[in-house]
Formats: sequence, structure tokens, C-alpha cells
Amino acid sequence: MGKQTALYAKHTEAQGKIVDFGGWDMPIHYGSQIKEHNAVREAAGMFDVSHMTIVDVRGPDAKAYLQRLLANDVDKLKETGKALYSGMLNTDGGVIDDLIVYRMEGWFRTVVNCATREKDLEWMTAHTKGFDISLTERPELAMVAVQGPEAIGMVKKIRPEAADLIDGLKVFQGLPQHGWFYARTGYTGEDGLEIMVPQEEVVQFWTQLIEAGVQPCGLGARDTLRLEAGMNLYGNDMDESISPLQAGMGWTIAWEPADRDFIGREALEAQKADGVAMKQVGLVLDGRGVMRSHQKVVVEGVGEGEITSGTFSPSLQCSIAMARVPAATGDTAQVDLRGKLTDVKVIKLPFVRNGKKMF
Amino acid sequence: MSNIPADLKYVASHEWIRVEADGTVTIGITDFAQDQLGDVVFVELPEVGSDVAAEQDIAVVESVKAASDIYAPIAGKIIAINEELIDAPEKVNEDPYGDAWFFKMELADASDLDALLDADAYAAICE
Repeated sequence: MGKQTALYAKHTEAQGKIVDFGGWDMPIHYGSQIKEHNAVREAAGMFDVSHMTIVDVRGPDAKAYLQRLLANDVDKLKETGKALYSGMLNTDGGVIDDLIVYRMEGWFRTVVNCATREKDLEWMTAHTKGFDISLTERPELAMVAVQGPEAIGMVKKIRPEAADLIDGLKVFQGLPQHGWFYARTGYTGEDGLEIMVPQEEVVQFWTQLIEAGVQPCGLGARDTLRLEAGMNLYGNDMDESISPLQAGMGWTIAWEPADRDFIGREALEAQKADGVAMKQVGLVLDGRGVMRSHQKVVVEGVGEGEITSGTFSPSLQCSIAMARVPAATGDTAQVDLRGKLTDVKVIKLPFVRNGKKMF
Repeated sequence: MSNIPADLKYVASHEWIRVEADGTVTIGITDFAQDQLGDVVFVELPEVGSDVAAEQDIAVVESVKAASDIYAPIAGKIIAINEELIDAPEKVNEDPYGDAWFFKMELADASDLDALLDADAYAAICE
């Protein structure tokens, strides 16, 4: 038996099929992954993401510390609550983890992946040397992502005291209220909220969301939604051996100011100078079959690549994949589908945003 | 707990076999198999008229999660396939023992049926 979130009993009560995910017992679906996926694209769905790790960074050097630790620059965050997506890199420029960081009043909140929790904390702690800061994990906070075109309206109905705060949130901004934290972020390509809730209040909140008609969704739908949205999954689409420049994360590297010496900068600059050989693209299969991670991509006359995440897209009704391919790849390629080289389209990510096909 | 009808025969690779009155057999995948696969999105079926050996992979079922080979549970000839599954693969999840049969076979040797598992033996495999 793995670790369980405060909502575990609600998952089993709703016939959630439980699987191990990074040491946690989490629901993969509650009956149909496709139905859950569609609920998020068309109305509202919710995910228990309490397994994710929240780490608060406080102290006079918090900003300087994060400017050293992260490839993106927290100095871009001019407003309280504004958030940034960033890679945390090793000295070779490989991705230790990807995370979100929120700027608070004089401190920062980060959310990192659960499967990488131990190594992240070890790395973050090791690099506090010389900085006057403290790192505090917040395991007492549960987290629920409510996503979809109707998600925000549903949450406002259940939490009327937070309605004004929620209305004032910009995209990628999160703010605290009475021990809760409301953030207009997500991993689905739809509008919605990620809400941090004191553990002892989360069962009631989840129950109210169900009563309001929000569909509970498992990790399966979370994966198809994020893949359609062209969002990376750590461990699939990038890891410590992959440069953010080859994983579609170039936009998360803040090169300016040139004298900000973040960890991995030197390696990335050398890679850029040498030319980056591979790039991340989306693949679309028009015919039958489903692309899967690790399948080989062949680009005639150019070279070979690999699928990093593949699935069947419930929104597009065909198979889609994210792949790392030679930089010179054009708009077609072939994928080795169970021994059969099959033509696929190459597109620029994402596949779907706000319920609409993007290519 | 998955549904394992007592009147069917089974093989360890999670296909079920129903012996019809005329001696032919109808084959599909079990409730346990569809539950493990999750939402089925494509089904590939064998060709009618082909001769197949026991344990030969002759069909494919793809779910959102994974691709899985379907094996001939017994030797014989394919005499019919369920083409409805091509346009409505979700039937495999909805009705694995009914509407979602995969193919029908004429047996090479009826005594091969004796080697198949009964419901109790199959249930033990699924535990």
C-alpha cells in the first residue's frame, strides 16, 4: 500500500480504480477515462492533486535564491500572486524537475512533482548555502484542480466568500484567503483553478463539487488532457538527460539579464552555440492505431527521433503524440507502429486549447 | 470483482469461448481484460476464411492506455468477424460477453475444447 491523500476514501467510494503513482495510491479513472476527459473539455472536471509537493521559500534572500535555482527568472513576477513555469536544471543543463513558482508578499510558493520530491528537496536544500532562506514543505495542504469552461463558476458558487478574489485572478495567478489558496492554473489546456485546501476541509469541498455536478477525473484523463494541451510530463517528455532546449522548454529559459548566473546556464549557452540537434514537435496520426511512448520516428533524408508521450486523443478522435525529432524535420514523418512504418503529420504544439483544435 | 459467466470456457490470455449448438465457437475478451485495458478505441480483426493455430496472435485491441494482442484460443478457421466493433469499439467495455464478441471459428479438432479453462479455473488466474 502506498501513501494516500485525504481524499482516498472518496476515490474508492466512487469506484475509482486505484494505481500506484510515484508511491501514492491514486485513481486512474472512475469508470471511463474518455467520459472524464470530455467533461473537462465541455463542462467541468476535478482532480485530486494532493500528492504534489508544495514548498514555500521564505527569507530575505528568497528571490536571489530562486534566481540562482531556476532557469526562468522570478524577477519577471511583478505582481503578488503571479506565477511562472520553470525548469530546475542541473549543471549539465538537464531537467531535474519542472515546477510552478508563485510570488507572494515577500516570499514564494513552489509546486513540484511528487515522483521527484526527494531529489528535488535534496537539490533545493543543497543550494541554500550562502542564502538566508528557509524551505518549508506544506503536506497539510490538500490540492484539487477544478478545470473546464464551467469550472470557475462552479467553485464560485460553492465558495461565495472567494468569488471576488477568483474574479480578480489573472491567468497564472494565485492568491491566499483564510488558509486556502486559489490559483488560475492547470494542466489541461482549459480555464480553471488549482485550489490548495487545508486537509481537514477538503473532503467537504470535494463532496460539494460532486453535488454541483463536477466530474471526478483520474490520472488517465489528466494525461490525455495535458497531452492534447502540449504540456510536458516529467519523466516522459524530459528528464535529467534532456536539455530544456530539446523539450519545448526554450521559452522558459530567461537569458536576460545576461549576468544572472542560474544553475545550468553555462551548459545551455554552450548547447545553443553548438546548435541544438533535436526539437520537440507534435505528431498526428490520421488513420487507425495509437502512437505510444518510445516508438521510433523516422524522418526520411533527415534522421530518427522518438515519441516521448503518445495516446488516443478523445477530443480529436485520433492518435496524437509528442516527440523529439531532428531539428530539420519538416511537416511529415513516419512512426514505427508495432513494426509498420506509418505516415504521420508533424505539427507545432499544442493540439487543443480551450476546447478547440489548434493545428 | 469481475464478471465470469459459468457457461463459458476461458484461456489464460483472457479470451472467452462460447460453444454454439452447431459446434462452432464464438470468442471475445473477458470483463477482467476490458477492465484492465480501460477505454477501448480501436479493434483490429482477423480475416474471414483464415486458418489459425492455437495461441497465434490474430487480432489487436487498443485502449487509451495500451495495445494488446488477441490470441486464437484454439486451432481452426475464422468463419465470421464482428465488424460492428470497428466503428463502435466502446462496446468491448460495455458488453464484453454479448455485443462485443470478436470472431467465430470452426474448430480443427473439437477435443481441443477439453484443454480450455472453466470459470472457476479462470477466476483463480484473475485473482
